[in-house]
Amino acid sequence: MTPEVGHYALVLALALGLIQSVAPIIGARDRDLALMRLASSTALMQFAFVALSFLALTICYVASDFSVATVFENSHSQMPLIYKITSVWGNHEGSMLLWVLILSLFGALVAAFGGNLPAVLKAHVLAVQSWIACAFYLFILLTSNPFARLPQAPFEGRDLNPILQDPGLAIHPPLLYLGYVGFSIAFSFAIAALIEGRIDAAWARWVRPWTLAAWVFLTLGVAMGSYWAYYTLGWGGFWFWDPVENASLMPWLAGTALLHSAVVMEKRNALKVWTILLAILTFSLSLVGTFLVRSGVLTSVHAFATDPTRGVFILLILVLFIGGGLALFAWRASTLKQGGLFAPISREGALVFNNLFLTTACLTVFVGTLYPLALEALTGEKISVGAPFFNLTFGPLFVALMFVVPFGPLLAWKRGDLLAVAQRLMAAFAIGIIAIAVAFAAQGQSILAPFGVGLALFVMLGALTDLVERTGLFRLPLSTVRRRTVGMPRSIWGTAIAHFGVAMSMLGIIWAATWGTERIAVVRPNEAVSLSGYELSFDGLVQRPGPNYNALVAKFTVRSGGVPIGVMEPSKRSFSTRSMTTNEAALMSRGLGQLYLSLGDSNNDGSIAIRLYYKPMVLLIWLGAVVMMLGGALSLSDRRLRVGAPKPAAKSALAPAE
Amino acid sequence: MTRKQRRLILIGASLGVLSVAAALVLSSLRDSIVFFNSPTDVVEKHISPGTRMRIGGLVKPGSIKRGDNLLVLFAVTDGKTDIAVRYVGIVPDLFREGQGVVAEGKLEPDGALAADTVLAKHDERYMPREVVDALKKSGRWQEGQAQAVGDKPR
Repeated sequence: MTPEVGHYALVLALALGLIQSVAPIIGARDRDLALMRLASSTALMQFAFVALSFLALTICYVASDFSVATVFENSHSQMPLIYKITSVWGNHEGSMLLWVLILSLFGALVAAFGGNLPAVLKAHVLAVQSWIACAFYLFILLTSNPFARLPQAPFEGRDLNPILQDPGLAIHPPLLYLGYVGFSIAFSFAIAALIEGRIDAAWARWVRPWTLAAWVFLTLGVAMGSYWAYYTLGWGGFWFWDPVENASLMPWLAGTALLHSAVVMEKRNALKVWTILLAILTFSLSLVGTFLVRSGVLTSVHAFATDPTRGVFILLILVLFIGGGLALFAWRASTLKQGGLFAPISREGALVFNNLFLTTACLTVFVGTLYPLALEALTGEKISVGAPFFNLTFGPLFVALMFVVPFGPLLAWKRGDLLAVAQRLMAAFAIGIIAIAVAFAAQGQSILAPFGVGLALFVMLGALTDLVERTGLFRLPLSTVRRRTVGMPRSIWGTAIAHFGVAMSMLGIIWAATWGTERIAVVRPNEAVSLSGYELSFDGLVQRPGPNYNALVAKFTVRSGGVPIGVMEPSKRSFSTRSMTTNEAALMSRGLGQLYLSLGDSNNDGSIAIRLYYKPMVLLIWLGAVVMMLGGALSLSDRRLRVGAPKPAAKSALAPAE
Repeated sequence: MTRKQRRLILIGASLGVLSVAAALVLSSLRDSIVFFNSPTDVVEKHISPGTRMRIGGLVKPGSIKRGDNLLVLFAVTDGKTDIAVRYVGIVPDLFREGQGVVAEGKLEPDGALAADTVLAKHDERYMPREVVDALKKSGRWQEGQAQAVGDKPR
């Protein structure tokens, strides 16, 4: 009964979606307030029905109802409860249901909290949102029904892929989808603006919080995915430039650009057409990501089972929304009025620079990700584009971008004084140079890594300089500083903190990749290996049964300078249902660095192959992402955004500077 | 500054950045991509030693030999041709005889591949697509022998 209820609820959501796709548009044309308001009710109801559908599927999983095909394929009665729940989205069908759940959630949020939106804009936004939702409801119902029943219910399920039996699955996909799908709101707003043919600073004021929220989630989602790959794959790497990772990085880059261009639009009423285009492109890249991951054109852990009709269907959705969006843009963009003027050296100019480099960097990732697919389709030649390509293309562009980051927030709107800003950044710059010199002297091999460290420090100190300048610290009496600190808009704090976070991640990546050490060895019991001042002695192997697996645990005692500091217990879990083993690396944090130990093959004489890494500063990579997220969240809590009270579009010359 | 001048500067800057990016992309595409070959391709295309590439196929049964210091020797086969592979390191958990494998490395003068990366499948129901294609090309693929991504039964 439960699966049928879920299935039916989804069909009802589709029916509501179809109404919401059409009625508000007619209402907006005829200025029929009742029809326009209908969209809010249907959006809320849609969410309720999709949530019911999702709940039904979750119940099937928790109850291990193996008469449902997806439950049989991806669950097992002996799995811990948490994995029974997470395996709801640990497969293609369920993850698409999670996708539409979040999509309808965002629609409902606009309906619930968009009270101050002009009725026509709100009607259009909800209608566009519903077009997307309908396309994906149809996709699920026609090609990937998670509720399909088996003619005969098997006694036991085939278990979730052991690689996915990890707490990471509980966090990573929902966060990532909140980010991906959150950009649909920016897309819907852009399409609505194009339909209406008018757009102003108030529009940017409404779009920015949604984009920011999506960006915050996507940042965490990408970082979480990276950490999961790091501790679960046993290679000690945190980013593989795998097409699936790139699929999440591209919307992040475009979304970051959108975040910054929306600022220009809100504050200065400029870059309108570009912001609209970027909003369309960002969500398009989210769709491309979904296509890459869900269509089976790529092979990876993320490509669950695939079926050609699904690929074709997603491709159709892709063509419809990206093609339609861009066509509408080409047709209507000229109707949007041009905005305020600014000199190349100004805050706007710096944000344009940011956009230029972020989108170009995004483009290089796009080329590197899709070129192998295109080449194979055209010539049949198979190639792989890996880290060297991205390091050589994405790397230089990002370095150039990072160099300009500290300048942006210090420049004045409209016309900035580069010389004055450079003077203020002198201290940060000097410390950066000193760091390069020190790092080079200490290391003396490559100049690239010390340069990167110096650059990261420059960006960090640049962010602090911005705060010091604004609060008047060291310059003004303490009472003034206190007043200014309290009175400063939270978005200023957010900017500085987020920029600081980017630099932290960058520092971590460079440091861990350059000065990390690694050792691969075969150890016998009571033997020891040492690396970077740590000594690990192998105490032996023990068997430890888990709920649905058997673990072979290797015990190591870690000593630093002869003093025991702890034990590390990497293990191998063998899952009998899928005759598969997973590798559980052991991690030990030492300050911001980590010792990383994973197991290879064990031999009959009790010896075992191990991979041992010491990765200094590695935690900065993910801490940086958390700091970025905090910056975004702080900015989101800014009064101006929260209240969202639309001021009449200020004439460009009168727009207040920060 | 007039609107026209501003636009010119913007367009100029964009074109500048884009052309730099294009140059970077083209030069790295020439130098840093790796071609994928089946063992038969390696022989038929007369690929010169020193070339970096990926080969894919099955680990030939009975070919795995382990040496000192984590040296692993094995042969990758597509049923028609075998290529010897040398690898120093830890092989993936699902690296087994008769299973699909992808190895990346440099071709040595003796015709063996000195691999620095060995990838195996990560699910017992799944085989790397490259391997399936390589087997199909050599005519050794039988439907149902293993299920590839793309035809896993639902």
